[in-house]
Amino acid sequence: MSGKIDIDKIAQLARLKLTDAESDRLGGHLEQIIDYIDQLNQLDTSSVEPTSHVLPIHNVFREDKAVKFADDEVDYLAGSPANNQGHYEVPKII
Amino acid sequence: MHSKTILQAKEDLRQKKYSAVELTEAVYQRIDSVEPKVQAFVHLTRDIALKQAQTADQKLATGEDAPLLGIPIALKDLICTQGTRTTCSSQILDQFVAPYDATVAGQLKSAGAVIVGKTNMDEFAMGSSTENAWHHPTMNPWNLERVPGGSSGGSAAAVSAHECLAALGSDTGGSIRQPANFCGVTGLKPTYGRVSRFGLVAFASSLDQIGPMTKTVADSALLMNVIGGKDPRDSTSADVARPDFMKALERDVSGLRMGIPKEYFTSGIDPEVERSVQEGIKTLESLGMKKVEVSLPHLQYAVATYYIIACAEASTNLSRYDGVKYGHRSQKTDNLLEMYMNTREEGFGEEVKRRIMLGTFVLSSGYYDAYYLKGQKVRTLIKQDFENAFEHCDVIVAPNAPVTAFKQKERIDDPLKMYLSDIYTISANLAGIPGISIPAGISRTDGMPVGLQLMSKHFDEESLIAVGHRFQQNTDHHLQQPSL
Repeated sequence: MSGKIDIDKIAQLARLKLTDAESDRLGGHLEQIIDYIDQLNQLDTSSVEPTSHVLPIHNVFREDKAVKFADDEVDYLAGSPANNQGHYEVPKII
Repeated sequence: MHSKTILQAKEDLRQKKYSAVELTEAVYQRIDSVEPKVQAFVHLTRDIALKQAQTADQKLATGEDAPLLGIPIALKDLICTQGTRTTCSSQILDQFVAPYDATVAGQLKSAGAVIVGKTNMDEFAMGSSTENAWHHPTMNPWNLERVPGGSSGGSAAAVSAHECLAALGSDTGGSIRQPANFCGVTGLKPTYGRVSRFGLVAFASSLDQIGPMTKTVADSALLMNVIGGKDPRDSTSADVARPDFMKALERDVSGLRMGIPKEYFTSGIDPEVERSVQEGIKTLESLGMKKVEVSLPHLQYAVATYYIIACAEASTNLSRYDGVKYGHRSQKTDNLLEMYMNTREEGFGEEVKRRIMLGTFVLSSGYYDAYYLKGQKVRTLIKQDFENAFEHCDVIVAPNAPVTAFKQKERIDDPLKMYLSDIYTISANLAGIPGISIPAGISRTDGMPVGLQLMSKHFDEESLIAVGHRFQQNTDHHLQQPSL
């Protein structure tokens, strides 16, 4: 156990409300996985460039003009749990 | 009828041996008969499929042609389909209906395909056994007590059990090739960027790639002709001309150099897997291919690197499931933050939470350089390994997985052991290169299929198709059937 992970803090950052039992279980698994991942420290990567994308990528530009995306009659909000007059509904914030 | 390949069925439809409606009905009869045992699908789209088949028959009658006209195909349930559910095998998206088709779904429909249903998977494609699924697990048609692999286990099982003629899957760390291997079918992961990801529910955006799962390499070539190519709606899709993949089927492979990476044949590999792979290599030698030893020295670091990068990307991609825009929302909604946290707690399964947590950790302040940046640097080393290897060979030939399909529940409580089952497939995703799994034999120990993995340079799927097809012309492993 490396004891590196503050499980409550990470759960808060990840917006997950874990039960105590889940916290214990996931915490144990994460420690085990991080210990495994730590084998990367065997490698000296001080002069290696990071790869974020395997192929050379460039910004892809197009004319700033509206294009038809899908059927006009599609209701894009239909999949949301709560919506009203073309807006998402959420619990009261203030 | 249901056991036909795409190319056979196309010819039969053209010769009017049967109609597209009859073919579709035969597939559904097969589904009705075996699906209670296999459970490959999350949901079926029978009514829509029969209408698509009727339309196909009308077109066939007028002599119209399209590459997949009247061919029943299944889609992994993370490929968005307008008007039918796309669940990702997750509670959080259980009732989600996409407002548009993924590019590949649109391409299949335009090519005349009949979409039979959406196949089961590990939730959000996170897993190697299709056991992390909200609705139900999928069983391996070769032995119902074993897993079909994952995460595209539903697609692999459906093709293997003849519940469709072909399927699409997605591969982030082996999720097409490993289940294809476990179920004795052909599975091709194209080069990153070859196939549009628009409408593919994102897991790890720098690794995800959609590809065909089929009964033969030739069918995969046909599907690649339909789904490959640049898509203006996916800025990461590569602006590289799509070749006619069917032409690769005619290529001679004699003289091609096959690289055998020694690191794939070390301790931990099942002797029966090694035997089938070595026999496969001999077959390729008999076809005139030259064997050279190559080295991929950073293989042992691939799993660790993958879990840093894939989980980091997943933790950001999955932040969109907050109970506002799609799917499930918790009833416990005292305030906005509580609503987010309860929704995600209720809606995600354990493996998804584990990966979100790991990804959040490696990206968190104080750990970013030690983990995320380190992972990206080792990714460079893994990519360079392949570049070096491909200076000496045209294709790399290796096993797909160290073992055959394992038993249900055998690894589900040991996440690290589950992760290690992808050790041979993950590095192709990290390097972005294409890979294919083709059936190469049956284990004499447990009677389960063994696959052979071929990998090639970026955008050289044609070599995989040429070698794979020639292999299937000279062997009968891909013709072996599970007795369901």
